[in-house]
Amino acid sequence: MPEPVQLTTFGVTEIEAQQALDRVKVRDVEYADLYFESRTSESVSMEEGIVKRAAKSVSQGVGVRATAGEKTGFAYSDELTKRDLEIAADTARYIANSPKGHSTVPVPTQQRPTRDLYPIERAKAEVATAERVALLNEIDAEARRYDPRIKNVMASFNTEYKVVVVATSDGTLVSDIQPLSRLQITCIAEDRDNRQVGSFGGGGRVAFAYYREDGRHLRYAREAAREAILNLSAVDAPAGVMPVVLAGGWPGILLHEAIGHGLEADFNRKKTSAFSSLIGKRVASDVCTIVDDGTLPFRRGSLNMDDEGTPTGCTTLIEKGILRGYITDKLNARLMGIPLTGNGRRENYQSVVLPRMTNTFMLAGDSDPQDIIRSVKKGLYAVSFGGGQVDITNGKFVFSASEAYLIEDGQITKPVKGATLIGNGPEILTKVSMVGHDLKLDNGIGTCGKDGQSVPVGVGLPTIKVDEITVGGTQR
Amino acid sequence: MTANGYAQLAADVLAQAKTCGATEADIVVADGETFSVQVRVGMVDRLTKAREKRLGLRVFIGKRSATTSTSDFSRASLDRLVADTCTLAGAVVEDDVSGLPDAGHMATEQPDLDLYDDTVLDTDTQIDWAKRGEAAAFAADSRVTNSEGAEFDSSSGRVVLANSHGFVGSYKSSNFSLSVSPIATESSTGGMQRDAWYQVQRKFARLASAESIGQEAARRAIRRLGARKVATKRVPVVFDQETAGSLLANLCGAVSGYGLYKRASFLLDQLGQTVASDLITIYDDGRMVGGLGSRPFDGEGLATRKNTIVERGVLKSYLLDTYSGKKLGLPSTGNASRSVGESPSVGPTNFYLVPGVKSQQEIVGSIKEGLFVTELIGFGINMVTGDYSRGACGFWIENGELAYPVEEITIAGNLKHMLKDIDVIGNDLVFRGRIASPTVKIAEMMVAGN
Repeated sequence: MPEPVQLTTFGVTEIEAQQALDRVKVRDVEYADLYFESRTSESVSMEEGIVKRAAKSVSQGVGVRATAGEKTGFAYSDELTKRDLEIAADTARYIANSPKGHSTVPVPTQQRPTRDLYPIERAKAEVATAERVALLNEIDAEARRYDPRIKNVMASFNTEYKVVVVATSDGTLVSDIQPLSRLQITCIAEDRDNRQVGSFGGGGRVAFAYYREDGRHLRYAREAAREAILNLSAVDAPAGVMPVVLAGGWPGILLHEAIGHGLEADFNRKKTSAFSSLIGKRVASDVCTIVDDGTLPFRRGSLNMDDEGTPTGCTTLIEKGILRGYITDKLNARLMGIPLTGNGRRENYQSVVLPRMTNTFMLAGDSDPQDIIRSVKKGLYAVSFGGGQVDITNGKFVFSASEAYLIEDGQITKPVKGATLIGNGPEILTKVSMVGHDLKLDNGIGTCGKDGQSVPVGVGLPTIKVDEITVGGTQR
Repeated sequence: MTANGYAQLAADVLAQAKTCGATEADIVVADGETFSVQVRVGMVDRLTKAREKRLGLRVFIGKRSATTSTSDFSRASLDRLVADTCTLAGAVVEDDVSGLPDAGHMATEQPDLDLYDDTVLDTDTQIDWAKRGEAAAFAADSRVTNSEGAEFDSSSGRVVLANSHGFVGSYKSSNFSLSVSPIATESSTGGMQRDAWYQVQRKFARLASAESIGQEAARRAIRRLGARKVATKRVPVVFDQETAGSLLANLCGAVSGYGLYKRASFLLDQLGQTVASDLITIYDDGRMVGGLGSRPFDGEGLATRKNTIVERGVLKSYLLDTYSGKKLGLPSTGNASRSVGESPSVGPTNFYLVPGVKSQQEIVGSIKEGLFVTELIGFGINMVTGDYSRGACGFWIENGELAYPVEEITIAGNLKHMLKDIDVIGNDLVFRGRIASPTVKIAEMMVAGN
């Protein structure tokens, strides 16, 4: 287990933290917390064959939050003096009905971390910039070697090292050190007037050595190059309703958009989600079991604890097609009287906690992926996707393919140009007729946006067949 | 700290960078105050208040460069920042075209563009604005049954930019905004629809009434009730001002210098060529008084100006900063945009399509069967090829009327052709953001549904 991070790292004493919590927790305030965060982000990037940019940013601050009923008062500061904490506390408690009355907050006691999902040697997280530069240079060479039609390679390597201490009015004081990194590669292929793009990437809460293991970085480079070259021969995508086979891994973004957001507790408490009041009801075919699991070692979406200090867990969202539960933070779990799942997350100290996904995926079924493809007479096989989006209220979601093929008479035939798929969240999974035995998690590239806040997430999927979904191509 | 205080701080850091071996450097300091209140179903849901500050440093050691940022302005922290930046710069490769703009090109005057309002609003006034906006949406129609809330935001701040040529620039700006997001329910089916309306202004006094924003939000949510899919077919497509603005944003991305020199734009090598219908003239005007995208100088300290981007369909100018300009053999257009801690990139100022003469009603009235788009979702735009496929909702047009609402459909085409296929432009240009467009009609696109 890592050693707990002391508050003194932030130049704050436990007494000062307790006094600030005490100041916030006036009558009507049911819960208050202080979120201390220090973050160092570094990036190097290359294009046109040279690593021309390097950047580093450091930020540190505290977010002070009070909740009373459905209300949240929030303030943050990049200064951490006693006076700044007091000012923030006074703002946060503004939402309480009356600034008088008082309930004493217990002195927070430091708790030891209970697990370590990303046990990378902290000392080794510091890698010389020159090593990162060398990594990108090798990627550039590998992608260009893949095919002479690769005309530009853009690659970036980003790392983040985040130290968090959470002190709460229920007397807990917990900490975590959260490393995160990501390698992203984009290739441009040109063949006369035809120019196409291909991308690949990956990462997680892993050490630098991860990227070189078994030449992983070179494999990423070849994948990005392969997709760009493949797209040179892509034909226009079809338009209309058809069966779609989704490959395993990153296409799990379907789950994230179609049902994941709709099962975040805040939307359901407010009854603004298309999934409100569907608990216990069938929302998927019985081959679908879907979980949100924040406890997978080294994954991009994993956390030892969420940003309210609650240990993350594995929550069953849909079990054999039946909607089982929502993902919650403290505020929504309390107001709805449902279990706390450890999904309270925030982008940084400047943002409020919201219920958010971690790693969301469908469990493996028992179909052979080859049989799944063979079962389709005319449809689409989608392997990789760009981003997706959902309208929570009417349930309509989209996600856009970046690598896809036509299926004709049970065979994968021509590659097709990217197309957006659109469907209705509460309906789409009822149309899943086959689930493969090949569950794959994505490579660690996902970032989820909600209410202007971005957090790292993971998704996963076995090969599945969706009997009908609208494909937004251009050809009849 | 005052502007002078920051200028002094910047001068100290620049001097320190020189000692560490920097041949050139620039610094951005930004600070500000933000306030935000969200009200939902008549009660305060969330109230946020903060002050923040940040300093970004970019150094050049010869032709190598690096960028850093921090929120800690203490002497020790800034000394470490300067040392780190110089070390980082030493680790990257020389890039022949890197560097500050020429000393002779820096902005020499900094006009007051009326971007700042010193109105201080107390907390209760701002809560009241949000409450009144939401209440007006509920009052507008009994089918408005729920709400994602109404939010009032106010912020003000200052930017100071200084560089080793001796340039020091500074300006203050502010923003006031209200958005209202009601949910309408159809009693027969229980189906819900959300929509929103918002307004942003530099000056508090210019905000339209909270009630008018709430009422418009309600109208937009209610008109979506009962939306259905339509059959897959090719039809004329009308984009309302909001969605036409998103098309304009796609075009803006395609003429940005960075995408062009990386060969990652569908408008490569098109300067002087026809890229859009001859009805299209687009300006980017950084000096519009009170504009949401206006600024007296850009992210490198060059004067902003009014650029003609497209004139009667012909591409007249890219959007460039010094670096992307040099890569393309062209001077900067004063479009460097700079977030603290990052190297400059390119961004629009006030980027808009010149209006035509027809009203939205006349445009819709001219169509026998087609689609009127009011919202687009998803990211199905390939900037390299121009391939376009996005989720849409709006209304089906039959015999010149909006017949019924539609959803769960996509529209697809290629931006290169879509821009040329624009055959009508509306007369309804309103500046509601940095990118603004009147209603436009595209002759035909593929709509995918049932």
